[in-house]
Amino acid sequence: MKESVLEVKEFDFYIGKNQILNKIDLTFSRKQVTAIMGPSGCGKTSLIRCINRMHELVQDTKVEGQIRFYGKNIFEMDPILLRRKIGMVFQRPNPFPTMSIFENVIAGYRLNGIKLKKADQNRIVEESLKKAALWEEVKDGLHRKGTFLSGGQQQRLCIARALAMNPRVLLLDEPTSALDPKATDHIEELIVELKKTVTIVLVTHNIAQASRISDFTAFLYIGELIEYGSTQKMFTVPEDKRTEEYLTGKFG
Amino acid sequence: MQEEDLTITSGKISPTGEFLFQKGIRLSGLLIAGLVVCILITLIFQSIPAFKHHGLSFFFSTKWDPVFSEFGVVVFLVGTLLTSFLALLISIPFSLSISILLGEYLKKGWISAILKSCIELLAAIPSVIYGFWGLYVLVPFIRPFEMGLGIIPYGVGIFTAALILAIMIIPYSASLGREVIQLVPAELKEAALSLGATRFEVMTQVILPYARSGIFAGILLALGRALGETMAVTMVIGNSNFLPESIFSPSNTMASVIANEFTEATGDLYLSSLIEIGLLLFIVSTIISVIGRYIIKKLSIQQQHS
Amino acid sequence: MKKSAIGARIIKDRLFTGIIFAFSAALIIPLIMILSHILQKGASSITPAFLTHLPAPVGEAGGGIYNAIIGTLYLVGLASLLSVPIGMATGIYMSENKNSKLSYFVRICVEVLQGTPSIVVGIITYLWVVKPMGHFSVLAGGIALGIMMLPVIIRSTEETLNLIPHSLKEASLALGVPYYRTILKVIVPSAFSGILTGILLGVARVAGETAPLLFTAFGNPFINYNILKPMASLPLMIFTYATSPYEEWHNYAWGASLVLIGFILALSLITKGVTRR
Repeated sequence: MKESVLEVKEFDFYIGKNQILNKIDLTFSRKQVTAIMGPSGCGKTSLIRCINRMHELVQDTKVEGQIRFYGKNIFEMDPILLRRKIGMVFQRPNPFPTMSIFENVIAGYRLNGIKLKKADQNRIVEESLKKAALWEEVKDGLHRKGTFLSGGQQQRLCIARALAMNPRVLLLDEPTSALDPKATDHIEELIVELKKTVTIVLVTHNIAQASRISDFTAFLYIGELIEYGSTQKMFTVPEDKRTEEYLTGKFG
Repeated sequence: MQEEDLTITSGKISPTGEFLFQKGIRLSGLLIAGLVVCILITLIFQSIPAFKHHGLSFFFSTKWDPVFSEFGVVVFLVGTLLTSFLALLISIPFSLSISILLGEYLKKGWISAILKSCIELLAAIPSVIYGFWGLYVLVPFIRPFEMGLGIIPYGVGIFTAALILAIMIIPYSASLGREVIQLVPAELKEAALSLGATRFEVMTQVILPYARSGIFAGILLALGRALGETMAVTMVIGNSNFLPESIFSPSNTMASVIANEFTEATGDLYLSSLIEIGLLLFIVSTIISVIGRYIIKKLSIQQQHS
Repeated sequence: MKKSAIGARIIKDRLFTGIIFAFSAALIIPLIMILSHILQKGASSITPAFLTHLPAPVGEAGGGIYNAIIGTLYLVGLASLLSVPIGMATGIYMSENKNSKLSYFVRICVEVLQGTPSIVVGIITYLWVVKPMGHFSVLAGGIALGIMMLPVIIRSTEETLNLIPHSLKEASLALGVPYYRTILKVIVPSAFSGILTGILLGVARVAGETAPLLFTAFGNPFINYNILKPMASLPLMIFTYATSPYEEWHNYAWGASLVLIGFILALSLITKGVTRR
């Protein structure tokens, strides 16, 4: 296995009195795509929201165990700095409606009050949009509102916005669930391209998507990690009976 | 690698900013709560001298004579209740008709657009202008009418005030009434219509019973406004501190006596008595408007859950 | 027998519709009467001099309502300055902490404040500001009007913020933007037009208020920019002049009424423009 970026160790997560995740152990390798799949309600979204501490937005949550980012326990870090290093893209595209495409991409800097030279801004916007494969489509209208783009373009804009901060890890929470098949293809190609530069954690309930683009797959079921390994192996010879049933469509 | 350092080191993470913001918005909330509590405390505290002096007789005495330090609220209470309820009585047929028209019969189209703008305009006219207009247009108009009835043609008085008040409160109850009538589920209306009911029957047997509490709340809120309305009433009620003989007599309301006499009140007891009237007015209109809003809130929550 | 029953039902239905239309149409009569009267009486007194001169003594020609126009702008501006920051902050607090005990209590307080008669606000400001200072002032008038604006601003801020999708807040926080910057730079700007509407509604509400000014700003026949001195305002001037025995002063009051209504209507037109955008 390659060098690990994130390690989840004996991790429990509670909302109120409900235990959502139970003793999760996972390691995410550098510059690889790791898919987390499972039926809805298995806790996969909760897991990646804990990785950049977005779970703290919900009241009455509790975590036990550790998540280590380059060896450091994230719960001892400043959540703000952590989130700048671990980017996130959500189920529904959410560009800032008051901002132009340009401003959306640079938003991570502007909103944080980081002063950049005009040239640096232009460079970051161009690079990020190129990485997100959106540059060619929007380069002539960077000052239009981001909300005028199509759903797939908006989602790529959100990816560009996350990439602009130069994150180490990109968390993708079912990024294609609100998109049509063509836009989904586009995003999937992009994910494969992106892993050259960034570690990707992808939550999906789409089994085919996990098999197409991930290097490693974790299968979660009712808050427990059932199986974790290379995608190729899991999809050909799953170890656990429940994994096999899930992959063959018996439940979920 | 350099860019990474850029974001980490130069970002403004100011724990003070966060702290100040959180404290600031909380403090504002506390300030509003404190403001209302202090209003109540101030009114109570400043009424104590009057209360100590008159005790409960304040609420039963019909005499208001600053010269002899005799202060009773009954005259103003009667004046307030008479004008407000008379205004309510006059306004209900109009506001109910408009609610029904805009909420059910003509939801869209240019007629309803015009009517809606008219209501907005009526609501936008300041109370002092209503009073001014009442004094120079309505009062001369009422006088011959009173002469015809064979009573003293003051022109000013409870009836004139109630008429002005009615015009002023129609927009409030009408727009609220329209909203609650629109909340009536379409299935209910369709069910009744499919049984062969006429629109009139749907209205009286389905819509109005369903929207009853909301319409009542609208009327309560209008009453709350009428009770506290000051300027228009002050200008046309005649400012007489005696019990009215009829609904055409000049009178005074709680709000108008304060407006008229507060700056001239000599002596602490006089001022304190006026503040005690203010306290009474505050409590009554607050209770009425809070009940009204409570009913409306309950209705809209019900609507969201069904 | 049956046929006539149906006929009676239809007649009843028609009659009802007719009555509804008649009562609704009747509402337009007082509106037209009021507006046309003000327009007719007011338009004749409005001249450039009327808008730019101080009132002349009784019996002298000329003169205007300049002091009242400036006074109203001064008072409304001061009221906004006092109430907008506090009102917005409170609205933000309530929308961000929906279930806290303080929010619950503040919500009741806002309702109470909204139902408080304006004359009571006048009494309170008199007791809190005028009495300790010993004299009437613009400051007292501004505070009184500010108190009246607060509930409108708080409610509109809270309601608009509640409509902003949660996903925007997530997007910003996920970029490592601190909470307070997220609220101030993402959430509030997204709600800008709704909050602005609330502020304009608040201004329109207090611009015509007279009762809270009777014992606070009091009035002044001259121009005054000192915040600690009394100042005229349009509604107060209308009241004083309307109840005076002089015909010329009545004409001042009609002119002032037209200016005041024009100001309030312009505000509500701007509000509509803002909401439509």
